[in-house]
Amino acid sequence: MSVALKDRSMLLQKEMIASHFARLEKAPENHEPVVYTFVPGNLVELIRSFGALPVLPEINALQSGMRKLSGDYIAEAERLGHSEDVCAYVKCDIGMLRSGNIGPSGTKLPKPDLLLLSYTGCYTFMKWFELLREEYDCPAVFFHVPYQGDGVLEPEHREYMLRQLREQVIPALERATGRAYDEEALRERLALAAEAEDHLVAVLQSAKHKPSPIDGYFGTVYYVGPIFSAFRGTPEGVEYYRALHEEIDERRAAGLGPVTPEGPLNEQRYRLVVEGPPSWTHFRDFWKMFADEGAVVVASTYTKVGGTYDFGFRHNPNDPLGTLADYCSGCYTNLNLPSRIDMLVRYIREYEADGFVINSVKSCNSFSAGQLMILREVEKRTGIPGAFIESDLVDPRYFSTANIKNRLESYFQMLQARREGQHA
Amino acid sequence: MSCVVGIDLGSTTTKAIVLDEDGAVLGRGITNSRSNYDLAAAVARTEGFINARFGLIQQRLEATATAEPVDRLRRAFVMEQLLHQLRRLEQLLLDEAAKVTPAGLRAPFAEAIREICRRITAEEEGRFRQPPILRSDFFRDAAGSAFMRIAEEVADPAGVTFDRLVGAYDKCIIRAENEPLDLDFRDHIGNALRRLGHPAGLADAVEYAASKDLTPAATVGTGYGRARLPFAKEMIRSEILCHGLGAHAMFPGTRTVLDIGGQDTKAIQVDAQGIVTSFQMNDRCAAGCGRYLGYIADEMNLGLHELGPLAEQSRRCVKINSTCTVFAGAELRERLSLGEKREDILAGLHRAIVIRAMSLLARSGGVSDQFTFTGGVAKNPAAVRAIRELVQENYGERQLNISPDSIYTGALGAALFARRMVA
Amino acid sequence: MATPQPERPLTRAELVAWARDLYDDLDFTSVRRWLSEHPGRKAGGYLPVYAPRELLHAAGFLPVGIHGGGDRLEIIRGDAFYQSYICHLPRSVIELAQSGRLDMLSAVLFPSTCDVIRNLSGMWKLLYPDVYVRYIDVPQVPDPAAAAHFWEGELRRLLHDLSEVSGHQPTDDDLRASIAVYNEMREVLRTLYRARQERPWDVPTEELYLLMRAGEVIPPEEFLDRARAYLAAVEAEPHRQRDNSRVVITGAFCEQPPLGLIKSIERAGCYIVDDDFLLGNRFLTREVSLDGDPLRALAEAFVHNELRTSVLYEGDARGKKRLMQQRVSEARADGIIFAAPSFCDPALLDQPMLRSGAEQAGIPCIAFKYSENSGQFQQFREQAGTFSDSIKLWGGA
Repeated sequence: MSVALKDRSMLLQKEMIASHFARLEKAPENHEPVVYTFVPGNLVELIRSFGALPVLPEINALQSGMRKLSGDYIAEAERLGHSEDVCAYVKCDIGMLRSGNIGPSGTKLPKPDLLLLSYTGCYTFMKWFELLREEYDCPAVFFHVPYQGDGVLEPEHREYMLRQLREQVIPALERATGRAYDEEALRERLALAAEAEDHLVAVLQSAKHKPSPIDGYFGTVYYVGPIFSAFRGTPEGVEYYRALHEEIDERRAAGLGPVTPEGPLNEQRYRLVVEGPPSWTHFRDFWKMFADEGAVVVASTYTKVGGTYDFGFRHNPNDPLGTLADYCSGCYTNLNLPSRIDMLVRYIREYEADGFVINSVKSCNSFSAGQLMILREVEKRTGIPGAFIESDLVDPRYFSTANIKNRLESYFQMLQARREGQHA
Repeated sequence: MSCVVGIDLGSTTTKAIVLDEDGAVLGRGITNSRSNYDLAAAVARTEGFINARFGLIQQRLEATATAEPVDRLRRAFVMEQLLHQLRRLEQLLLDEAAKVTPAGLRAPFAEAIREICRRITAEEEGRFRQPPILRSDFFRDAAGSAFMRIAEEVADPAGVTFDRLVGAYDKCIIRAENEPLDLDFRDHIGNALRRLGHPAGLADAVEYAASKDLTPAATVGTGYGRARLPFAKEMIRSEILCHGLGAHAMFPGTRTVLDIGGQDTKAIQVDAQGIVTSFQMNDRCAAGCGRYLGYIADEMNLGLHELGPLAEQSRRCVKINSTCTVFAGAELRERLSLGEKREDILAGLHRAIVIRAMSLLARSGGVSDQFTFTGGVAKNPAAVRAIRELVQENYGERQLNISPDSIYTGALGAALFARRMVA
Repeated sequence: MATPQPERPLTRAELVAWARDLYDDLDFTSVRRWLSEHPGRKAGGYLPVYAPRELLHAAGFLPVGIHGGGDRLEIIRGDAFYQSYICHLPRSVIELAQSGRLDMLSAVLFPSTCDVIRNLSGMWKLLYPDVYVRYIDVPQVPDPAAAAHFWEGELRRLLHDLSEVSGHQPTDDDLRASIAVYNEMREVLRTLYRARQERPWDVPTEELYLLMRAGEVIPPEEFLDRARAYLAAVEAEPHRQRDNSRVVITGAFCEQPPLGLIKSIERAGCYIVDDDFLLGNRFLTREVSLDGDPLRALAEAFVHNELRTSVLYEGDARGKKRLMQQRVSEARADGIIFAAPSFCDPALLDQPMLRSGAEQAGIPCIAFKYSENSGQFQQFREQAGTFSDSIKLWGGA
């Protein structure tokens, strides 16, 4: 395999991100409008069709976590009166804001011209943007994505979303950008999105192979970065996913495993499914605990928060607004608990997993409330034991290495003992 | 004989189990955990072998004599160990005395040290001549309390003050504890025999035991929260698995294990072979661990071992709402000020700690028959009663197993894993 | 529904004792008794904060508020479902359910209060597949037309489902009748709150609270009788006025504080002159119109409501900043106690915005966290007492 091809997707991603933040830094002087929104239910194609640049505070927060800045930001927010009990993403963002609003790439983040509050699967989003609205004193538009309480997108709920898009969101974007809604531009971007999604799904499903050429959690978190943030519906995004797809195909053909921070994981002893977001502050340490035991993650639910594409959904340029509603409704955080269990069970079966791990994060009630029940239900339905560990998104105080390592090691030994018992 | 060893480095104590080639327990060793893990493991292992050798002596004498001479020999042996360690401690203290400033204090300091050690030796010799009483076997505990007490008498506020003496002790006890050992069976058994006046019949059994080769074929270690256990990676097993297997070995009908330790609580489900099928741990929150009772004991100015019996006297269990240790003290004080009886509050506190354990059990999959309860808290009668009641209420009839040796559960499991390796 | 008329009016003490019995009863005996009186009767539960009880009522259900077990329930099974960093309410709700105390409910409604209650709806579906479960996504968008249209659709769907469960399809007149009853209930509650605001010594919050809790487990018609009887008793048996500070308590709209906490605050020298306890029972601030389509009227009433709370999106950028000042001035209060349950996202995330607005307006504030089973109130007594003293010494807003 040529070195150029192997590194190409990583290089592309680095370039994309760097140029995006550079552009954001210059946005005020270039009069490029900036729209803040959330990863679940992000309407990037729509935002960009207005010539605006998207900013995703969640991604800023997780990047701050990975760069070990979040501890200080959270402390700052708590000094300002925020409770220790609430979501660390919000506190990290407020702290970052109050500390000069220097983003994770070291450049200053522009103020929002509009807060597009996509209320998709997380109550805290509402409070987050109410807080940011006070900080920035800027317009906000509320996009209510009804929760799939009964496990389906109800026609009336779809109508409600379409109406909001037509009557609230699009007019708000028009006001914030000074441009008219351009449906054709939107359609073009939706077509590009669908193309990227095809490639992404191929990458995700490559993990069905043994050995898996990807890590479906730690590695995939990098892979979904572009499509969950500013690059779905862009030509650069398509280029990235095409390159990634080729690389992964090559790895699979060569029988190679994913590249981890400790080197390639070709000898894979355990195939796992993971539920829950990762701990960003201890990302590498956490990954290492898996890789050291020869454990590769073959599928995860967290990598679907910005959209669930591997069960058939694609952005459809022929129904521009309807497809946005469908997309938003299907994001993982908007699915009801029974559907989440179904997804986990399906992944365990389709990807032939040996076990599953639930990482329960203190910050996120949307994910965490009910995970103990998910643990038991999935065990019941698949007959496979699950591991349950607790940490946090970006609050470094809540990652206890000894605690987590102990539980994971015990879990792997348990799986091994079961295997031996089955062959005995 | 080909034996195997399992070592469990706990947070408070380090345990070792020696198994013979048939998998029967040959010896048990226990010592207080210390900062040098290698040493703690070595001491526990050595204690285990010593215990094994005494077991062999016992075996040899089985046909002919009663337990009495072996127990006396054991006491004599422990006495020799203690005196040896005391002499070593004295040497370290004298080294400290030689460095004391002002220089004028050095001679009186050394004399004070010698006096204290003389008196401790005299006390121990006196104690040896009396019938045995229940006390901690750990040198640190025995020496520590004696040293403090005698130092108070010997100290001179104008010169060799109590604080100086205690300061020197604190420094030296750690060094003494963390030094490599030279305590071997043969080293002390001779002295012990001599102390007893070479009783007839023992020498032969002692020789048999002393010459047995107990080099282990495999040693497996376990322990929680250690960044580095002093064993090769493949010789380490998680303490959850060791605990499950150990409990199962003690009570083969076990399907659910609850361990309430000082620092953490584990709920473990095992299958018919003793392999763990699911587990839950509480290792972040003191509520539901032995530590909780420790805080309560402190608050009430009682010894830990007094809590259970006092709680047992309760006729009316007070419902305690906050299981959080941080508030336990406050809630306790409030109840007392409202006129509630101590034993009733204690009964409520015991129930509270057990309720946390019940949640953990529920999370891990419930309580199946048989149910084995291990850990320090298993010795607490009030806690055991609360467990019995709550299991009955929530799961129905379950056989409750508690072993007096439950503190060795993890080490036993580790030893059994070692056995599988050589089988 | 007629309640037996006593020969003489009930005294304050009798009413409070009656209410307290209902509050203490974790077996929902009153609900079970109501069900047993006629075959085919159904009971429908709802979680906090807002559920359209009128629909339950019209479809023939007894609406039953599920507010957890407070400090009277030992949690054994509930903790197996929730990690330690989630509030206490869902634990005790699960405990009630798993111990069979909620087995008389044929339907349970889960409003969009927060993600914990949201996810609980999914858990309930799995735990009790024979019970009708509906997650109620209340409209949040500021645009009244879209919100009302959506909400009316939700109400229609809900009513249809409830009718299938109960076997009783209500007519528009049935709906209007139910709406009328709940209009009256809300009106009587407003009267009680006004009375307390004017003469807090005559309407202790402990008593008002118990009355409201009783109202969560009995038919609204019975509640109306008792509430009016209480108002009469208040007139007949006035209390002595004390020199207490007047405070607004906010944050306790979902997981309820233990009664002891409310008592502690009052005994520490505070008159609670406004609060958001059991906010769902007076969520709609104005009378719902009985003209035209009743579901449309109910939907419009929700959308055009004046109530501002943590669980609804605040469309006005200045809204959060101004809110506490408004509430304090309407209640003629001296200060604010922010009382939030531990781990409560809605209350705790809102607090910094609400508090900074209050402090900028010069209103004295204190804050503390509680849980429904807080066991000792010493610290709340001290905080509230100090607060009350400081307000009296150094003046209020």
